[in-house]
Amino acid sequence: MNAELAQLLDRVRGLSEDVDFACVREWKGQGSGRKAVGYMPIYVPRELIHASGMLPVGVLGAGDRLEIIRGDAYFQSYICHIPRSTIEMALTGRLDVLDGMLFPSICDVIRNLSGMWRLLFPDRYVRYVDVPQNFSPDVGGAYWRRELEQLWSDFSGLAGRPRDARALARSLEIYNENRREIRRLYEARSLEPWLYPASELYLVTRAGSVLPPEEHTTLLRRYRELVAEESERREEDLSRIVLVGTFCEQPPLGLLLTLERAGCSIVDDDLLLGLRWLTEDVPEEGDPLDRLAAAYLECSCQTASVYQPEGRRGGWLVESVKRNQAEGVIFCAPSFCDPALLEQPMLVEALAAEGIPHTQFKYSENTGQFAVIREQAGTFSDSIRLWSEA
Amino acid sequence: MLLQKEMIGKHYRDLASAGDEGSKVVYTFVPGNLTELMGSFGVLPVLPEINALQSGMRKLSGDYISEAEKQGHSEDVCTYVKCDIGMLKKGNVGPTGLKLPEPDLLLLSYTGCFTFMKWFELLRQEYDCPVAMLHVPYQADGRIHDHHRDYIVEQLESEVIPKLEQVTGRRFDEERLRQRLALSAEAENDLVWVLESAKNVPSPIDAYFGGVYYIGPIFTAFRGTQAGVEYYQTLRAEIEERLAERRGPTTPEGELEEERYRLVMEGPPNWTSFREFWRMFSEEGAVVVASSYTKVGGLYDRGFRHDPERPLATLADYCMGCYTNLSLPARVDLIADYIREYRADGFMINSVKSCNSFSVGQLLMLRQLEERTGVPGGFIESDLVDPRYFSSANIKNRIESYLQMLEQKRGTAA
Ligand code: SF4
Ligand code: SF4
Repeated sequence: MNAELAQLLDRVRGLSEDVDFACVREWKGQGSGRKAVGYMPIYVPRELIHASGMLPVGVLGAGDRLEIIRGDAYFQSYICHIPRSTIEMALTGRLDVLDGMLFPSICDVIRNLSGMWRLLFPDRYVRYVDVPQNFSPDVGGAYWRRELEQLWSDFSGLAGRPRDARALARSLEIYNENRREIRRLYEARSLEPWLYPASELYLVTRAGSVLPPEEHTTLLRRYRELVAEESERREEDLSRIVLVGTFCEQPPLGLLLTLERAGCSIVDDDLLLGLRWLTEDVPEEGDPLDRLAAAYLECSCQTASVYQPEGRRGGWLVESVKRNQAEGVIFCAPSFCDPALLEQPMLVEALAAEGIPHTQFKYSENTGQFAVIREQAGTFSDSIRLWSEA
Repeated sequence: MLLQKEMIGKHYRDLASAGDEGSKVVYTFVPGNLTELMGSFGVLPVLPEINALQSGMRKLSGDYISEAEKQGHSEDVCTYVKCDIGMLKKGNVGPTGLKLPEPDLLLLSYTGCFTFMKWFELLRQEYDCPVAMLHVPYQADGRIHDHHRDYIVEQLESEVIPKLEQVTGRRFDEERLRQRLALSAEAENDLVWVLESAKNVPSPIDAYFGGVYYIGPIFTAFRGTQAGVEYYQTLRAEIEERLAERRGPTTPEGELEEERYRLVMEGPPNWTSFREFWRMFSEEGAVVVASSYTKVGGLYDRGFRHDPERPLATLADYCMGCYTNLSLPARVDLIADYIREYRADGFMINSVKSCNSFSVGQLLMLRQLEERTGVPGGFIESDLVDPRYFSSANIKNRIESYLQMLEQKRGTAA
């Protein structure tokens, strides 16, 4: 492997493993009065944080990199893992680097976690970001614009900077560019998946949750250039898979590697959805706050936490399978994840109607044993190939 | 109790004959329900949570849940949903043995729980009928914002009312809605009197095990009706009498003779072993004097009343004010106040596996409440309607040790 590529991958792995947020501390140290605002999955309007001169920081749980000592005392056994490791990080001072924390409305766990934050850290800025489930511009749109306005005011207060529409317009462009670059990478991966292993693509994308967007865009570009120069990566005969259910609690890297080793080549997924939530650019003309609000209504991606006013669920998944010429779907949801698991039967039905094969298993961010998953994914991949040859 | 049985029986009979009578049927949820609005259109509500809990009490839920799990529903998710889906797959025969009609509309009031949304999306796959979605913002910072109220009112005007009009072929009649809201407020006054009678020592009621019966009519189809008003008048008169005669609450074993412990309860009850669970308290002389579960359909005791003067805005405030739509700090405040106001010796949390909306954060609530009130708390785990998660011996043990601890504490204090 090219040394620069190896180095880049080392860096992004380091960023994803760092439960102390050293890079955020470093960024804050580079200028006086710099502030950072954390957010949990999935979507928050990072543009507003950025436009206020602060760094948006994804808090995606601690995986298996932190021993949970205090976190388990806060959650019953039947609750998913990400809130445990998040509380653990907070109680051990690891999140002190964040000057505020946002909890998007994705499920009742994250919703109630926002209240736990208020109780545990009464002096910190905490906000529940209640995205609209009504998609009419005059109703959900008007509500969302008011919410965004409030958020923007909060951020400007936190940052000690007046709201600046030009700065926001600039931030919209910067994030458009960043999402465009991620989309390019996903498209490239779909065409030549052997060049972009899912485990790599995941880490490279994930770096965007802690790096400033400008720097992340440069990194994504450089990654694509370096991969294009790699001559060792050759086409392999693997099953083309869409991975679903991974939008919140992060699957361990070992799980993604296991799927690949079991013969599955991931050609689309719902990993790190928040970084690529808007599927199209926020338009360049008009009031920036209006545009940001409208973009949520018009070009949000489809996922379990978003209400779909019309039609049967799962159309987007079937469409992704077709667009990416996938041969099957792997449902891979965190244990006890309500949104993913309640959604699953509807997605299964949509796939069944199209005769698309699928398999399913659950994980936890700190799972360390993958033998069973390897076996299951291997069998699935073999069966798909046999089936497609038949 | 008899009156209530009659009312509920009649409701299910009306539902069973809805098709023949040409009545329209709307499925909707308990928290944030728009009963008065539905009533003003003359539609009959079906509340799937109530069917699920009734199935739990009649020991049918276990089969329904396994049916749903067989069909691919995860063991990890809310058992109300699975009980409902299982019941549907097995012919949709309601708790009274009569078949439930199919919905003409699914009215998805997204109040206080994310699972509701997925639940009705699942039902939408089964029924060929429209869905009206009402997104109710969460009271994350402990108050209702004007633009949140506006958002709900606009959804009522642009989404819910037009769909009710479309389904029923009737025009929205604001006057009729106002009349119903006025009837609601009347019944709400009496309900509050009944709930607050537990401030007396000894208490004439149990505000949890008995409380779930008292809230039944007002949380379901009977709010905003004359029958509802009469029910609460009768109930109030009965409790007034009980109070005057210094009689204790009704329990599965008859009247409670001696009130030994006064408790505040957080979390829903278990339904599959409801009476057994109740007995674990009543046999020890433990009376629940206030509970959060009886507020999932509204915090009337904190002053909210449906207000006929502002018909849609009051519905919006109602939706936002239900207990599970409150932030965790607000929930802690409320329970801490109950502990003081109702002179409770202790409080207990029944944490149910199904319900993240209730359960996430309860262990922190336990600590905060203990710190704030100086009253010790107990913690038990069960489920709503999944019999696999009601471990009788374990729960009984925990309750007994907790009450013993209260007793010892009392001894030390004396
Ligand atoms: S993993 Fe699922 S249930 Fe847990 S916090 Fe995330 S979305 Fe909610
Ligand atoms: S999760 Fe809780 S509030 Fe939601 S439907 Fe289930 S029991 Fe009801």
